Amino acid sequence: MATVIEPTIFELSSPGRRGVTMPASDVPATALPPKDLLRSDLPLPELAEVDVVRHYMKLSKFNYSVDDGFYPLGSCTMKYNPKINEDTCRLPGFLYTHPLQPIETVQGNLALMFEMQEWLKEISGFAGVTLQPAAGAHGEFTGVLMMAAYHKSRGDLKRTKMLIPDAAHGTNPASVGMLGMSVVTIPSDSRGNVDLEKLKAACDDTVVGMMLTNPNTLGMFDEHIEEVVKMVKDCGGLMYGDGANLNALLGIVRPGDLGFDVMHFNLHKTFAVPHGGGGPGSGPVGVSQRLVDFLPAPLVGIIEEGDHETAPLYGFVTPKQSIGRMKAFHGHFGGGLVRSYTYIAMHGPDGLKDISQYAVLNANYLQARLRDTYKIPYDRICMHEFVMEGQFEGSDIRALDISKRLMDYKFHPPTNYFPLIVHEALMIEPTETENKDTLDRFADALIKIAEEAKSQPELLHNAPSTTLFGRMDEVKAARELVLCCWLPENYEQMV
Amino acid sequence: MTYIPISPTERDAMLKTVGVKSLDDLFDAIPKKHRFPELNLPPALTEMEAAAHLGEMASSNENVREHLVSFLGAGAYHHYVPSVVDHMLRRGEFYTAYTPYQPEISQGTLQAIFEYQSLMATLTGMELSNASHYDGATATAEAVNLAYAQFRGKRKKIVMSPSVHPQYREVIRTYSQGMGLEEAGDDASADLEVGPEALMSLVDDKTMLVVVQYPDFFGRIHDYTKLIEDAHSKGALVCIVANPTALLMLKTPGEMGADIVVGEAQPFGIPLWYGGPYLGFFTTKKSYVHKMAGRLVGETVDVRGNRSYVLTLTAREQHIKRERATSNICTNQGLLALGCSIYMSVLGKQGLQEVANLCYQKAHYAASELSKIDGFGLCFTDPFFHEFVLCCPKPASEVNQYLLDNGILGGYDLSKDYPALQNHLLVAVTEMNSRDEIDTLVEILQEMK
Repeated sequence: MATVIEPTIFELSSPGRRGVTMPASDVPATALPPKDLLRSDLPLPELAEVDVVRHYMKLSKFNYSVDDGFYPLGSCTMKYNPKINEDTCRLPGFLYTHPLQPIETVQGNLALMFEMQEWLKEISGFAGVTLQPAAGAHGEFTGVLMMAAYHKSRGDLKRTKMLIPDAAHGTNPASVGMLGMSVVTIPSDSRGNVDLEKLKAACDDTVVGMMLTNPNTLGMFDEHIEEVVKMVKDCGGLMYGDGANLNALLGIVRPGDLGFDVMHFNLHKTFAVPHGGGGPGSGPVGVSQRLVDFLPAPLVGIIEEGDHETAPLYGFVTPKQSIGRMKAFHGHFGGGLVRSYTYIAMHGPDGLKDISQYAVLNANYLQARLRDTYKIPYDRICMHEFVMEGQFEGSDIRALDISKRLMDYKFHPPTNYFPLIVHEALMIEPTETENKDTLDRFADALIKIAEEAKSQPELLHNAPSTTLFGRMDEVKAARELVLCCWLPENYEQMV
Repeated sequence: MTYIPISPTERDAMLKTVGVKSLDDLFDAIPKKHRFPELNLPPALTEMEAAAHLGEMASSNENVREHLVSFLGAGAYHHYVPSVVDHMLRRGEFYTAYTPYQPEISQGTLQAIFEYQSLMATLTGMELSNASHYDGATATAEAVNLAYAQFRGKRKKIVMSPSVHPQYREVIRTYSQGMGLEEAGDDASADLEVGPEALMSLVDDKTMLVVVQYPDFFGRIHDYTKLIEDAHSKGALVCIVANPTALLMLKTPGEMGADIVVGEAQPFGIPLWYGGPYLGFFTTKKSYVHKMAGRLVGETVDVRGNRSYVLTLTAREQHIKRERATSNICTNQGLLALGCSIYMSVLGKQGLQEVANLCYQKAHYAASELSKIDGFGLCFTDPFFHEFVLCCPKPASEVNQYLLDNGILGGYDLSKDYPALQNHLLVAVTEMNSRDEIDTLVEILQEMK
């Protein structure tokens, strides 16, 4: 039998224990619905408040987080999340407003959303922004729907191919797959740029467009970006920018100026919405002039202009050829938009540029410190992240072992095995909110681990050894598929 | 204000190690004519100024705790959130962690999701739950994707009741525009009085999925057992969009035989927050697990023999399958799923039953008192839970304006979505509404000319 370090909330339950109680009813009683409409049993946990607090406190201590230490997870932008954002997003005026309230009663919310749309347009160089998408992948799906709608509106029905570089995030092809389009993979050249010859060969009148992450997932800004954009546009395609790596570009360059037609923002990466253990994120989308009519509905607009004495009246507007609604209500307002609005307001134009400059400095500093120890396959000035190989000649050590060993040094590992075009990839994104001492300690640890790989490889194979939990049996999890506490342990394999 | 912890001296030392003279020199790869644009944004605020500015924006709203008495629901509900919930969510260990890709140092998040899956499966009476979706509407759209994958595109018809939330139906239409689906039943001018069995005339051997809501958008409770049996006999799957508070009292969709149960778990510990972020739940039968989108946590052991948890069945997901993935989703609503679990745990079985009972009792008191007013009445006679349709003697928009002038946020104006329901308000009552508030609502409407 496995050892249980912390029982589940179901196992902690004891019949009759009470937590928070509700007031007695203050209205005359009404009979319940007929018995055949009622549930027979409600087998949910029964605990006291202190039981609940101690359980979740204990679980919280099983986690490693940005508040604990360095979290250089490539492409995830694990920056420090300012505490003030936690307070502003919980102001009663934001917490207790209903999404369907009359617009006259929520002008504060609508003004914030309107300004947020304007700010994101200014930062990215786009003509329109929707705040509705719930996450990056949701924003991507929104963008691809708009690209399809644009071609369809022009009667250009033969466009079914999306060009996607081999370094792209898996969400790009998956978003395209949701619309039944086909994917043409474009390889990268030896400097980590899009291979222009291969791109040229793929460009024809069946191309919907290209989805490009720039800087790409190698952390490289494409040195021929203007040629890439021109080639795609010359064949009638649209340029999609994956905004996952926008933390490198604030005040540095605006994707709209480079000719991109559509891009999603990851407010949970670039604009400091905390990642929450996997969500909620927030994925607004910006578009160029030719796509503004296709944005999801509704957007926030000015319904009545104001003057020097009265504020304008904000409300909702529907673009002429809108692709429709992406989710219920108006996007991740409280947990997403309010936090990012606070963050942008506190940085201003110069502060935003500092963010990207220092994010890029930190990545280049780590790259410089590790260059002699680890192979860096695309070695030039990187942007906010870089990728190195987690393997050594004549050794069976893999990127996974290095990652697990880093936990013994009290660091969160980098992203591993991505991008797919680098063997045993370790993708490192330090962000701007780490100091030189932390970066030095991390580089020292990785250099030490490279030595250990030669002298004591078992330390890496058996890592982590200092954490509460060791490596997990992932095959058992997938084979037995125990997905709920109350299922018996010998639950049969599912069909 | 800056959060960059690097001094000028340290910066210069780092630049030297990199081998460049200035920060600007790091950006030579960027086309020169577009490099370093001037951003026209307001100047930076300090923390003190930002707190004041945001405070002002927030207080220019009229909120349902301090300014307005609310009877508005329609997919987002004002419930009491026990203090413990936010205290736990404010633990940095939870909210500043990423997706639990490294299970050795993410067991807190993983066990919490595993418990969430167990709680939601129990609540809905289904065999398993995923780790959650963006909201109730997108969870419903994912049910359509599951059905599409299940029949590998061989069945392409979806039958949707007009009494499914209008915004959910809109989202399904947006999501499915590349799938070539045939949609039936999604007609706001259909006869809304008829029971769910009427949908069966639209279900045929091309139908992949039937979508109904429970209680439906108008608050009515239908037993879908017969509809599900009949749909199954045609080979179609059935998805029920359910309200979690109602499920604390009512027969579970699992007991009715549903294949997929989805819904909005905002009522369980998540503030109204002007519409988001919320929490879409998704539960189903074990036979559909491989076709289901979204994250999934499974139990296992570590090398030391400790019971532990990992993300599992990831081969379905985008980072492995790319364009053949079941969905492009790569997040769940992690922190809110945690909030939902804490809400359910700290109220516990009895506290939750009290919440459901208060909603039911107060809504029925309100319905009974409102229908006594001259010219007002209940639109439907079916049993309801905590929401009902009130027929008014004049257009709903006028009634709502009158109520708002008296500090009351009235119900949802159904004329926006249903042409036949011009004078109809969808009224929601929860445990937050006192008898005094209900009596005041009744008095004000009695005085309305």
